Amino acid sequence: MTPPTARELHLMQCHRCRLVCARASVSDNAEHSAQYNFRQSCQRCGTRLHARKPNAIARTWALMIAALIFYIPSNLLPILHTSALHHDSTTTILGSVVALWRADAWDIAVIIFIASVGVPVTKFLVLALLLITVQLGNTRSRRERTKLYRLLELIGYWSMLDVFVAALLAALVQFGALGAIEPKAGILFFGLVVILTMLATLSFDPRLIWDSQPKNEQ
Amino acid sequence: MVHDPTQLIICDYCDSVYHRPALASHQQARCQRCDAILARHHFLSLDQLLALTVTAGMLLCFLLFYPVLLVQTRGQTHSATLIESVVALIQGPISIMAIVTAFAILVVPAMQIFLLLWILMYSRFSRRAPGFRYAMLTLTALRPWNMLEVFLLGAVIAIVKLTGRLEAMPAAGLFALGGLSLLLIGIAGRDLHLLWEKLP
Repeated sequence: MTPPTARELHLMQCHRCRLVCARASVSDNAEHSAQYNFRQSCQRCGTRLHARKPNAIARTWALMIAALIFYIPSNLLPILHTSALHHDSTTTILGSVVALWRADAWDIAVIIFIASVGVPVTKFLVLALLLITVQLGNTRSRRERTKLYRLLELIGYWSMLDVFVAALLAALVQFGALGAIEPKAGILFFGLVVILTMLATLSFDPRLIWDSQPKNEQ
Repeated sequence: MVHDPTQLIICDYCDSVYHRPALASHQQARCQRCDAILARHHFLSLDQLLALTVTAGMLLCFLLFYPVLLVQTRGQTHSATLIESVVALIQGPISIMAIVTAFAILVVPAMQIFLLLWILMYSRFSRRAPGFRYAMLTLTALRPWNMLEVFLLGAVIAIVKLTGRLEAMPAAGLFALGGLSLLLIGIAGRDLHLLWEKLP
């Protein structure tokens, strides 16, 4: 037996304080149009209540496409500039993974590859999959798609790893006999990719996955 | 409406409605439809929460002054604290990233600790803190942006990246960082909204 949904029971949960509020009565034919621009505030914390996050699909697409555009320079531009007495070198994200791999630090190479290539690519693919299936009203494997969304939330910020490693290296190795390490523009674009994909994940509403009912259930 | 709405919980992920379950220790309630965790047994009392928040505050103060990593070559020692890594980004060509980093590893944890202290200190006297509503709303909004645990992994990776060329080693701050990131997951994490109910 499947549990009833909040929409059927005319309930809404405040997304900030998680209080369950009864929805102010709307006549049935007005309900569909009122769904997205309904004005009611949470009794406890005053946040505007939404049955679904507003404009979830358009916002998520916009943020994801912006992230995708920034993802190109983040991979092409150098992330670090190392200057020592005898040689200067700049590395890109993939370059640093290859260098670590060749230096027999394969474990660190794998961690950095997962955090800076694996995680963003997974985010793009999963977000696109969720958005397209929701827009098509697909009803297959809804449970699994919801789990994919939770995966997105979980891996959200781990790609900031490269930014923090660059910051630490730059702080440690500065103007000494050791040479200097300087962060470069690649880090900036990469950080923006991470932030934009986090915002994209936050603006998507997984309840949309469950809104399209399979035909035999109706 | 038949039921009291405060006795209901709604799954964040699929909109299913359930009665609020009574959970024993180590139990958690999962959604039948989408398998999300609906509620967990909350084992920390308000006083314990306050104690952990004070601990977190002390660890953060420690982190502000003590380095996370050390590098030694030819008798020279260089070290980096959290603040110094932010300053290193400000000096580079990508100062904007310094704002983001400072926010994620300094401002957000500091605000979380301060707001929790504020709320919980008043709760000691069974009172609702002034601005409780705004403090709680800010805490909820800050939660996804605390990235201390990522910085922790970053510090470990920085050590490995430098070995070979230089002698890099963890400093006392790294252990404080580990403790603080774990504490903040516990005290300012997913179950934060329970404070709304515990402090009516």
